[in-house]
Amino acid sequence: MNQTTTSPVPAKLGATSRSNAWLIEPAVIFCGFALFVCYVTWRALYDWQYIEWGPYLSPFFSPKLIFPGWQWSPAILLLWEPAAFRATCYYFRKAYYRALFLDPPACAVGHLGGHKYTGENRFPLILQNVHRYFLYLALTVLALLWVDAFVACSYRGHIRIGVGTVVLTVNCLLLSFYTCGCHALRHLVGGRLKCFSCSTAAHGQFKIWQCVTRLNERHALWAWTSLGTVAFADFYVRMLAAGVWTDISLLQL
Amino acid sequence: MREAILKVFRGTPVEAGKFITYKVPVEEGMVVLDAIHYIQGYLDPELSVRWNCKAAKCGSCSAEVNGDPSLMCKTRMDQFAEGEEITIEPIKTFPLIKDLVTDVSFNYEVNKQIPPFCPADDATWIFKQEDIDRVQEFRKCIECFLCQDVCHVLRDHERKDAFWGPRFFVRSAGVEMHPLDCGNRIPLLEEQGGLGFCNITKCCTEVCPEEIHITDNAIIALKERVVDEYHDPLAALLRRVFKGK
Repeated sequence: MNQTTTSPVPAKLGATSRSNAWLIEPAVIFCGFALFVCYVTWRALYDWQYIEWGPYLSPFFSPKLIFPGWQWSPAILLLWEPAAFRATCYYFRKAYYRALFLDPPACAVGHLGGHKYTGENRFPLILQNVHRYFLYLALTVLALLWVDAFVACSYRGHIRIGVGTVVLTVNCLLLSFYTCGCHALRHLVGGRLKCFSCSTAAHGQFKIWQCVTRLNERHALWAWTSLGTVAFADFYVRMLAAGVWTDISLLQL
Repeated sequence: MREAILKVFRGTPVEAGKFITYKVPVEEGMVVLDAIHYIQGYLDPELSVRWNCKAAKCGSCSAEVNGDPSLMCKTRMDQFAEGEEITIEPIKTFPLIKDLVTDVSFNYEVNKQIPPFCPADDATWIFKQEDIDRVQEFRKCIECFLCQDVCHVLRDHERKDAFWGPRFFVRSAGVEMHPLDCGNRIPLLEEQGGLGFCNITKCCTEVCPEEIHITDNAIIALKERVVDEYHDPLAALLRRVFKGK
């Protein structure tokens, strides 16, 4: 028997008895956020002249808003909505409360203290509760992106499927998985009910709730993959518009 | 025979805590609780530990093994590398009684505040499986209080005065989503239970030995019900319109 005098771990930032690599997850998420925010800022504010090529419209600039006299990037008018939807998303809340706010950085790891914790009870975090309103807008934006993907199937009066069509469609698909797996949507379509079998309407809602639940189980996966595809779809269109890449035609009728 | 090195927290509220290192022979299929029992039996009979079933069903032997809130009876010794020091501490959120035993009575006091299941007098006691699936998941809880231990609102911010903790949101969701229940605990959860303090960091879900989806299926579902009643003007308007009819 050996004896060392040590008291249980105090609650200061990073203090923990955990011996595994707990830092990797918040570090990777931090880098993911940083990379995405830098790219979006660059595209939305400094590189916004390349927004479309042929039938392809970048998802960052959809719907295409052109107003006489508006001299700034149209992304300013558009990107606040998906940003607000993701910022209030229950998955992303977990991700940034851990990776950015360090409250806590990981489970059973000391948090960034020195503040009066009020959770989501006070301004500004009480605004997380309006997530469902951003969901309504996100569903509208999603419908418009599907229209863009449909438009991308034809070029100069002919049906044409290019690599860009595939990129935009995959992006829409993953955004649909993410948006339709939203926790607020899961509640609204049926989760709020106490009884699923008490009426025909409730049973119908139960079936929809089941579908949303299936998507919701992988919400984090859809959140990150859709974030990646939306950035890549924009980058692809940008590279075509800048004349750096050439779109390969897969099918032309 | 392979030997494991266990650093076990020893102490009481009145004396400074310390870690004592023990060497324990490891047998096939052994769990951390077996190693603790070996210490009690052969090395240090004064070591205190709370346990009961040794089958991950009673929820008594909660501790922090290498800093991870876990059930000692469910943590296998063969997952540790040879020569690795295994640190065993009491759960941090609750007051220490002795060694690995803590006073979890806070939880029983909170439990008393939740209005119990209240079916209507004329309830038909037949319901479909699809109506009870959600509730059955919550009924798997073994009250090990690992979720309470790891929740940073209780653990780091020490808001036991204003926050019930994940275990009691699970229990509330279990009655709130029961198809025969007529109660409404949402105002209580918001005003007394401190549901708004939860910031969805999901540690409760990560440590649950019963793999209950505490955050997704209980806490977020309750938070959305709070939004219905407190933060959604459109829902309030629809409620007023349809109540009037």
